[in-house]
Amino acid sequence: MSVAVRIPTQLRTLTGGSGQVAVEGGTVGEVLHALDAGHPGFAERLFDEGGQLRRFVNVFLADEDVRFLQGLETPVGEGQVVSIVPAVAGG
Amino acid sequence: MKHVVGLRCRECGRPFPLEALHVCDFCFGPLEVDYDYERIAASITREKIAAGPRSIWRYRELLPVDDEAPVDLGAGFTPLVRADRLAAELGLGELWIKDDTANPTGSFKDRVVSVALTKARQLGFKVAACASTGNLANSVAAHAARAGMASVVLIPKDLEDAKVIMTAVYGGTVVAVDGSYDEVNRLCAELASEHPSWAFVNVNVRTYYAEGSKTLAFEVAEQLGWRAPDHVVVPIASGSQLVKVAKGFAELGKVGLLGEAPAVRVSGAQAAGCSPVATAFAEGSDAIRPVKPKTIAKSLSIGNPADGWYALQAIRQSGGSCAAVTDDEVIEGIRLLARTEGIFAETAGGVTIATLAKLAAAGIVRSDERVVALVTGHGLKTVEALRGSVGPTAVIAPTLDAFDRALGADLDLGEPR
Repeated sequence: MSVAVRIPTQLRTLTGGSGQVAVEGGTVGEVLHALDAGHPGFAERLFDEGGQLRRFVNVFLADEDVRFLQGLETPVGEGQVVSIVPAVAGG
Repeated sequence: MKHVVGLRCRECGRPFPLEALHVCDFCFGPLEVDYDYERIAASITREKIAAGPRSIWRYRELLPVDDEAPVDLGAGFTPLVRADRLAAELGLGELWIKDDTANPTGSFKDRVVSVALTKARQLGFKVAACASTGNLANSVAAHAARAGMASVVLIPKDLEDAKVIMTAVYGGTVVAVDGSYDEVNRLCAELASEHPSWAFVNVNVRTYYAEGSKTLAFEVAEQLGWRAPDHVVVPIASGSQLVKVAKGFAELGKVGLLGEAPAVRVSGAQAAGCSPVATAFAEGSDAIRPVKPKTIAKSLSIGNPADGWYALQAIRQSGGSCAAVTDDEVIEGIRLLARTEGIFAETAGGVTIATLAKLAAAGIVRSDERVVALVTGHGLKTVEALRGSVGPTAVIAPTLDAFDRALGADLDLGEPR
């Protein structure tokens, strides 16, 4: 499954400045690990020691917070967009 | 600006320069302003503050921006009102209302926006933007107009009429989004990456913006004659205001404006239809589970609160509490405050008063405490909420006869209280 991952400013140093990257994966977790494989540095920023998303990282699949879906286990479909967004915003 | 050292990640401690940055690019933790408190303590005095302007800018030494002519509509130094009649209804002793309905655009948001746009202008930004549940939209549009900046304000499309009109009148760009606040906020967080030349007050300049809320604590202490309250009740949307109010009291101790480090209990107020922090508090959990809000308190309808976790820590560390109230209780809270103290609050104020009542009834807010409740927005912004609850006592023809028939015999005005 090829999906697009949108990268926030803070992490674009890892993608050579690119705001969107295409990767393969069947679930949100697989997509994010594939992102790290292609652009090392993502995993340590996105995941805590237990392999869960860090408290201050939000991940959206097709604009829905994956915590309202099945978290990192959420299946992704061909052509869908995964967005990584810093949680500290708003209010 | 010698009293500010730089920015620092609250989680991992990495230092950052004083630029338009809000999260750590390593761990995504929030950035905080790093002050030189020793330098501030050596220079700040109660007399100097008293001689300053009657606005938040009297506390400029504890704010993250130094500007002789800030972007200013007169935010802050709002009344602190002794609320004896409300206290009597709730079985409390010394109760005060911080009446932030009296701000230029009718909410506490003028405090944070004045700081944010002053800093944004200093950093060279020409465009002010934000994601808002309404009050922030009003304030950003107004302050941008005042500063001669363009504004781009994004709001959920189902906001109250007054909040939409009070934003659009200032002539900026207002975008109503078909979605919840959390969706608008996510869109803005993404837009901020695509439009780095825009100052999103609650995204890329949030670090400075949030500091403006400390002035609530500063004013309360000054207006109490440089004494701290024992207990403050603060509404929670993103949680930022509560965290900064707690920080504000702590800073006053740190720079010597209050004798010892003050011990202020901080309690949070939420609407039951959007209570991720109150739920975590009740469950004794550390995890804030996001929710999809459903409440009339739209200004507090943030289901995924950015500072929820920090608010929870601040509440617990201070020995405070957190509770949630139903929409009916919110309306009763608005009416109770209006009836007893003559202050008309928006729905968020109803949440605060209803939560205060609940915590007082539970003995958590106590009658031997000096209590301050923050009423942070004006009732005219959310009149829809009261439709059907209040209205004319009678509708009559313009004749004495009609008056007597409708009211005469039974008109009971009660004893003056």
